Order: sequence, then structure tokens, then C-alpha cells
Amino acid sequence: MGVPAGAAAYLDAATAAPLHPVAAEALVAALADGWADPSRLYAASRRAQQLSEAARAAFAEALGVRVDEVSLWSSGTQAAQAAVLGGLAGRRRQGDTLVHSAIEHSAVLHAAAKGQAIEVGVDQLGRLDLEAWDAAVRTTGVALASLISASHEVGTVQPVAAAAGYCAEAGVPLHVDAAQSIGRHPVPPGWSMLSASAHKWGGPPGVGVLVVRKGVRWISPYPQDDLYRPGATGALDLPAVVGAAAGLRAVLTEERAEAERLSALVDRIRERVAATVPDVEVVGDPDDRLPHLVTFSCLYVDGEALLHALDREGFAVSSGSSCTASTLRPSHVLEAMGVLSHGNVRVSLHRGTTSEEVERFLSVLPGVIEKIRKEAGM
Amino acid sequence: MITLDCLGQKCPLPVIALAKQIRNIGIGEVIRVLADDPAAANDIPAWCRMKEQEYLGSPEAKAFEVRRIS
Repeated sequence: MGVPAGAAAYLDAATAAPLHPVAAEALVAALADGWADPSRLYAASRRAQQLSEAARAAFAEALGVRVDEVSLWSSGTQAAQAAVLGGLAGRRRQGDTLVHSAIEHSAVLHAAAKGQAIEVGVDQLGRLDLEAWDAAVRTTGVALASLISASHEVGTVQPVAAAAGYCAEAGVPLHVDAAQSIGRHPVPPGWSMLSASAHKWGGPPGVGVLVVRKGVRWISPYPQDDLYRPGATGALDLPAVVGAAAGLRAVLTEERAEAERLSALVDRIRERVAATVPDVEVVGDPDDRLPHLVTFSCLYVDGEALLHALDREGFAVSSGSSCTASTLRPSHVLEAMGVLSHGNVRVSLHRGTTSEEVERFLSVLPGVIEKIRKEAGM
Repeated sequence: MITLDCLGQKCPLPVIALAKQIRNIGIGEVIRVLADDPAAANDIPAWCRMKEQEYLGSPEAKAFEVRRIS
């Protein structure tokens, strides 16, 4: 691969955001005591327990919920799947069917594939079809609904409040997968369960958070001691949990200012890509969107070739094109929206992203695309 | 009607072939694209929308028909 042509710019925060300095500091500090198992009856264990309790309290405060509603998991995927599978198990008597949008994260779709499911479509901007959602949650045998707070691939914010309203009318609990929103964009209330992932907000990888509100019936889908209390089945990475909690607190104090700054950079990308690259489709809602994420598709461009070419220029981005996926299928999100899936690039920004990096990306991109098209004879 | 055999070709090759070939037919004429890449069913209609051509649908599996209208 060689040395990138310019200073490296990491533009894939939606996959994993760089560690927030406050998270890093807390993680390192917690290594001294966080190695011990917090459930034993000796002094080292009590110190670990104190760390664990402080972290849980910080999560509860940051998310505006009770401490005993917070559970911790080994990843955002695990937390989302625990929500779906545990939520379904808890409502077995009411039914066995999950309602979900067509643009959920694969974590939720994989859990959905374990049983009965009704999928609800989206429009071309990637926004949930609320009328179809209303009809779906009122279907006999529906036990649970799951909705992503905002699309992880195109950034479109979902009508969570309205969807939660329909769920409440139908008496169906709602799980919101808020992995892309927490620390970036407010999530409206009305949900029964909410899951998130620390490395999306600048916490360490390997920490997932699940909130199960009081009164929501949840039964563990995994073999463990207390089947009614959500929590990871094995030992947690406690230093990472402490780092994640500290990181979230720091991120929330910066949330509004960062959202404003990054959203202006995303506006700039949306405008300039559309103006300087021919035959390009900038997808997702231009206004009602996550502040830090933008996606576009370029006609006649191989997504894998584009990612490699951008990597050589020093840019880390991701793609929903099939040639870049382990499954070799195009992104189910782009398919559900009916927008072009090849030549797809997702750019997602973070607190370290500078205006200069975005400017350099925008100046390099048109030439990179032109070259790939020329090679394909276009 | 022209048939464009893109079976076995990966994205975006079928769409590139379609874009090249459509210049060779008259307005109102139809091209049938044979493609088995899973992205084709999504990207051929999306190409039609972006390039203002008419997508006629998929008359059978792995076949997609497009009418040149511009």
C-alpha cells in the first residue's frame, strides 16, 4: 500500500470513533483496580465493585434513567441482540413476532432472523413508513418492535417519537437501537429498551449498554443465574466500562457544539460532492439527519477500488457497496431506499476532524473518481 | 430488442455496459440486460432514475428491461 499521499484523515467514526481523551484517561486509571472480579468478598473485589457502581451511575445519569435499568454488555451488537431476544422471550405469551424497519443494523436483523418478523419499509430518503409501521405493530402476535434511532448508513433520523406512540397504542414495547445517536443527537423518549455502543461515541471498543425500563418484561435468552436481570453472561472489561462512562459524560457536554460544527462540515461535503462529481447521488435526508455522517454513490465506480484509492490518499472511509461486504451483497439499507448501491462511500466525522481534512478530501475526491471511471472506459 | 449478456459480471460492470450500449439504440427502443450480480436488481432501476431512462421491470429472474427515453 505504501505511504499515503497526504496526512492520514480518519473519516469512519460511524464504525468506531477515536478514543476520547477523557475516556482514555479514565480507562488507564481504572486498570489499577478494574482487573478484579467485582462480585467477590475481598478488598480488591470491593474496589472493582466501586468502579463498576460509579460507572453504572454515570451511565444512568447521562442517559436519564435509573441505575437498575442499566445493563452492560461486551458490545453494542450484544446489547441490541439481548434487547431483541430478551424482549421477545419476555412476551412469549403475547406472541412471537418482531416488527422492525428494513434499515436496522445487521445486529438486529440477525436476531430477527431467529424467529417471526415483519419488516417495515422506508422512503427514498431512508425514513420509516409510519403508516405501515402502525399497521404492523397492531398485527396479532406481535411481541416487540425494534427501530434504529437514525440510519447508520445514510444518517436519516427516524421518527422515533411517532413510532413509539403507535407502539404504545398497540401495547407493544419498543427497542431503540441508538448506537449512532448517543452523544451526537438527542433520542426522544417513549421507548421501552435502548441500546448503544461505546466505541461509536469515543469510548473503548467492547462495551455495549442496554437500558430496560422498569415494568418491561425481559427474560435472558442466554444461560445464566438470574434470567430476569439483564447483564453480560461473562466477566466485563471493567476498565473499558469505566472509560466508556467517563467518555460519554465528556461527549455529552460537547454534544451541541460538536453537532453544530460537524453538521456544517457535512453540509459542505453534501454540496461540494454534488457540485464537483458528475453522476453522483448524495443519499439520505439533507436536513433531518445525524450531524456527523454523509453518504453518496457514484455511477460506474467500483466501491472497493474507490476505498483503496482513497486509502492511498490517506482517507479512511467505509462503503455499502456489495464488493466491499463480506456477504458480497449490496447494503440492505441502500436497497430498501432504492438508491444506487455501487460506488458508495460513507464519510463520518468526529471531534478530531478538521475543516482542513474535509477540504483536502473534497479536493482529492473528484480526480480519484474520474480516474476509476476512465479505467472502466467511462 | 437488444440483449446485453452481463451474467457473471460484478457491480458496476452491468450498469457500465448498459450505459455504453444505450447510446447505440434509438429513443423508444428497449434493451434487456441479463445480470446475476445481486446489486443489479437495485442499481439498474437506480441508474434509470438518475439518467432519466425508463425502467420497464424484470420480466424474469436475472433479466431487466430499460427503454431509452432521453
